[in-house]
Amino acid sequence: MNDQRPDPDSLLADIQRYEARQQRGRLKIFFGMAAGVGKTYAMLHAAQSRRTEGSDVVVGWVETHGRAETELLLAGLEQLPKQQLEYRGAVLEEMDLDAILARAPQLVLVDELAHTNAPGARHLKRYQDVLELIEAGIDVYTTVNVQHFESRVDAVRQITGITVYEKVPDSLLDLADEIELIDLPPDALRKRLAEGKVYTTERIEVASNNFFRTGNLTALREMALRLTAEHVDHKLQDYMQAKRIAGPWKSGDRLMVAVSPSPFSEEVIRWTRRMAYTLEAPWFAAFIETSAGLSERQRELLAQNLELVRRLGGEVVTAAGEDIVEGVLRLAQQRNATQIVVGKPLQTRFEDWRRGGSLVDRLIRAGSDIDIYVVSGDKAKRKTPLRAPFSLPYFQSTWRDYAGAAIAIGCVTLSLLAAHSVWPWISYQAVGLIELLAVLLVAVYLGRGPALLAALLSAISWNFLFIQPRFTFAISALEDIILFLFYFVIALFAGTLTARLRTRERQAQYNADRTTALYTLAHETATAVNMDDVLRTAIEQIGQVFAADVAILLTEQEKLSHVVHPASTLAVNEQEFGVATWVFDNNKPAGRFTATLPQAAAQFRPLSTPSRRVGVVGICPRQSGRLTFDQEVLLETFTSQVSLVIERELLDEAAQESVVLRESERLYTTLLNSISHELRTPLSTVTGAASSLLDENTVLTDQSRNELICEIQSAADRLNRLVENLLDMSRLDAGRLQLKLEWCDISDVIGVALRRALGKRTVQVTVAPDTPLIMLDFVLMEQVLVNLLDNAGAYTPADSPLEIAVMVEKNWVCINLADHGPGIPTDALARIFDKFYRVPGTLAGGTGLGLSICRGLVEAHGGTLTAHNRDGGGMIFSVRLPSSAAPPPVQEAIL
Amino acid sequence: MSEGPHVLIVDDEIQIRRFLRISLEANNYRVYEADCGQAALAQAALHRPDVIVLDINLPDMEGVEVLRRLREWASTPVIMLSVRAGDLDKVSALDAGADDYLTKPFSTVELLARLRVALRHVQPATSDPVFIYGDVQIDLARRLVTRKGEAVKLTPTEYALIRLLVQHAGKVLTHRQILKEVWGAQYVDETHYLRVYFGQLRQKLEENPAMPRLIVTEPGVGYRLVGE
Repeated sequence: MNDQRPDPDSLLADIQRYEARQQRGRLKIFFGMAAGVGKTYAMLHAAQSRRTEGSDVVVGWVETHGRAETELLLAGLEQLPKQQLEYRGAVLEEMDLDAILARAPQLVLVDELAHTNAPGARHLKRYQDVLELIEAGIDVYTTVNVQHFESRVDAVRQITGITVYEKVPDSLLDLADEIELIDLPPDALRKRLAEGKVYTTERIEVASNNFFRTGNLTALREMALRLTAEHVDHKLQDYMQAKRIAGPWKSGDRLMVAVSPSPFSEEVIRWTRRMAYTLEAPWFAAFIETSAGLSERQRELLAQNLELVRRLGGEVVTAAGEDIVEGVLRLAQQRNATQIVVGKPLQTRFEDWRRGGSLVDRLIRAGSDIDIYVVSGDKAKRKTPLRAPFSLPYFQSTWRDYAGAAIAIGCVTLSLLAAHSVWPWISYQAVGLIELLAVLLVAVYLGRGPALLAALLSAISWNFLFIQPRFTFAISALEDIILFLFYFVIALFAGTLTARLRTRERQAQYNADRTTALYTLAHETATAVNMDDVLRTAIEQIGQVFAADVAILLTEQEKLSHVVHPASTLAVNEQEFGVATWVFDNNKPAGRFTATLPQAAAQFRPLSTPSRRVGVVGICPRQSGRLTFDQEVLLETFTSQVSLVIERELLDEAAQESVVLRESERLYTTLLNSISHELRTPLSTVTGAASSLLDENTVLTDQSRNELICEIQSAADRLNRLVENLLDMSRLDAGRLQLKLEWCDISDVIGVALRRALGKRTVQVTVAPDTPLIMLDFVLMEQVLVNLLDNAGAYTPADSPLEIAVMVEKNWVCINLADHGPGIPTDALARIFDKFYRVPGTLAGGTGLGLSICRGLVEAHGGTLTAHNRDGGGMIFSVRLPSSAAPPPVQEAIL
Repeated sequence: MSEGPHVLIVDDEIQIRRFLRISLEANNYRVYEADCGQAALAQAALHRPDVIVLDINLPDMEGVEVLRRLREWASTPVIMLSVRAGDLDKVSALDAGADDYLTKPFSTVELLARLRVALRHVQPATSDPVFIYGDVQIDLARRLVTRKGEAVKLTPTEYALIRLLVQHAGKVLTHRQILKEVWGAQYVDETHYLRVYFGQLRQKLEENPAMPRLIVTEPGVGYRLVGE
């Protein structure tokens, strides 16, 4: 049967969990139902036995509550000094996380897992310290009571009436490698309490009457036992699954909880998490975003609820839609949810009717094969409903808006009154219509409340001032009464509808803005040409959309670079760099408004993609407010978008580097091949000729001796040319070519080049008489001409003449070198300036560097070098050099 | 055979020194050698050579530095050996008082010619101030320049230039040296003056101004009047 086989995904997850555990420290939780059961004692006991086994054990934080037997057990254990934090004049002591990380023991004892750290500590909660410790590979022993677990908080309140504020996420239980339940029968605990072994005498009385009632303790004990049993059950199942023992496989359940900006969503979420844990089913939370706006308070509640989901280990899925039921069902289907958990609605019957049945009714009717759980909330909280979940558009009007509405109606009424007295033919019906228009305008600009006020005021004034009998509230004609009533109703409806339309429009505008911002970011970063551009755009866009100062730090050799990008608007000091480094190392947000290092001035978020971490972004809103939920989501989208683009840039850079590397390798090989040939030929000539000259047995005539010496000489010349070419090439390639520009006379350059390059060849030089001086590097331009002349000399018949013509065009001076050789095949013409390219079928000798160097040098002068075949045979090389500026005037020497 | 001129060769490459010694001794020079700047200064002080051939790159100090220290107490003519055309060092060496330069690789013939020019300048100027090259005659005493027997009209600046070249015939003069001598110290960077005036001079004196044989351009360095 299919079910007998472990699901590959869950196996993979097991393997990953196992591997992660190998590097991570082990977490052992000493777990009890209440204070005083002996958790710390048990922990110290276990620590002592680890110590005698030879483990390196230190005490990070232990609270003995002055219990003598517990204190005895501390003997012999190294206690790390505590961190002193100053807060509002008081010195508070906290566990020193950094000291432990630096000390890096094998095992550290951390009492009171649920403790909330003092302001100034790195994390808000001690359990976060513990998580960091085990991430660093340090084993941790810790203690906690059952009432602190997030999913039990409601139950504890219901049983004991005490609200627990120090909460620990349930996921810590999943993380724990071992859980040791410290159990004590309630009566025994009460006895210990009475003996003063738990609290000091004055607190005993209070405690034993409140929390430590036998009924409470029994309930807590049951809770602790069940939690432990569940945990053990999970471990067993993991084990069975890993060993492929047939057994009850995880059910195919998948829970979805619908979250809304309601205070009691919190309980629904906790309930879902408990349920999912018991069912061993995955769970997630869905939030349907409607076009209806949320008030400030609602946003905050929603953010809290979603944060709770994440803390409890759930995933948040959001979808947009006008109809919540439809959205919830769609998400459930997309994500294969088998159960949907919703809160019991708080809507009135009227609203239910208006919307075609209550949310629950409609869900049940529409979602045929999905189980629906309806969870009722805590009654206490229902007394202060802020607004029903998924409420109507919320539009907040201030008293100014109301005053504005009153004034507007007043003005309109007065002017109508004036108009009516001047032109009595204006009927009171027309007045009514004009007043109605005023109400609509108020609705558009000032919102629903003011519109209702305007409707009321205008109706009253209309009746009083215009309807017969005038200046009374009485109405004489029956039809006027009907007219008045209809006026009132129409004004109310029209005002409300208009205001709602207006709100929708604003919401749409807001959504459109958000979409535009995202689009702009995506577009701008996509069109950015390099990394610098990408970062500059990202900083600009984030800064603009969130009205914040922004800084981006990138990685440098797998570490976070100390240098913020120059476009950053947020200064990152040493302390904040510490926060950024933590963010980078832990790949989690930290800083202001987060649970980690909240005292920092800015918030830092990791820039990471699924495959790697690319950096950190710091953001500090200019208005000191917290980012709203919408903004947080948007920021998250922004950062992941930016991360992807940065990664793309990094990959691009790497790819480009490898292309350059390959190209340079290819050139290097070509160079070696070509050069070794070019070097060997003259070298063999020199060696051969010299050895002949030295050999006493070889009888040489004076003439042949001379010839050999000439060969040596020309071989040496050839070598020298090669070396010069290579040096020029490498200077060009390295980009280190610095032109020593000076005013030069082209004919002078040509003269020098001819003297150096030509033997017996006749060259006809024509220089246009008006040729100006131009800015050149004399030596390099001479090299260009020498190379071109050498080239012509090598590839044209020895007796054919050459022609050099210098012509002046507008802003250019053109040097044409024409020969009467065979020319070059058209298809080779385009390539002759490429490095190492030699026209196929040409004579041996030559590296294919000369022309390439020429072009490089001419281009360095801002000019061009081209070649084309002449009509009458032979070819023309054309050097065009810019000569836009005129040389400064020349003056006679004063002698 | 009478004792020829004494020459000190300063180069760290033993092959170069050996080939120079053979070639120069064959031409009746008395040769001393030094392989570094310190040794060069010591040898120069000890043997008082008539001319020094100095490589621009030495292991212990720059050739220019050796020249500068030498110039503190001796005006011995110095010919610099440089590796590359366009080498800025050789211009600064010339400006610092070197008499001439040669770019490696060079031929022995060239070296001997430069040595002769350098040695000639040590001797007091001959009484005959008339300089003859091919069909061009320059009579410094009479301030007269003729070509093919006909007087060539020169502007005062042109004459100042040709006179300067004649006085240092065969020797290279840097742009700075010429500008400073003819125009004055504040004009040393106005090389385009020289391009214009030497262009004009060539038009008036050269057979083929496009391929000058009398006034030769030393690329990136300066000008030379071909003396022989």
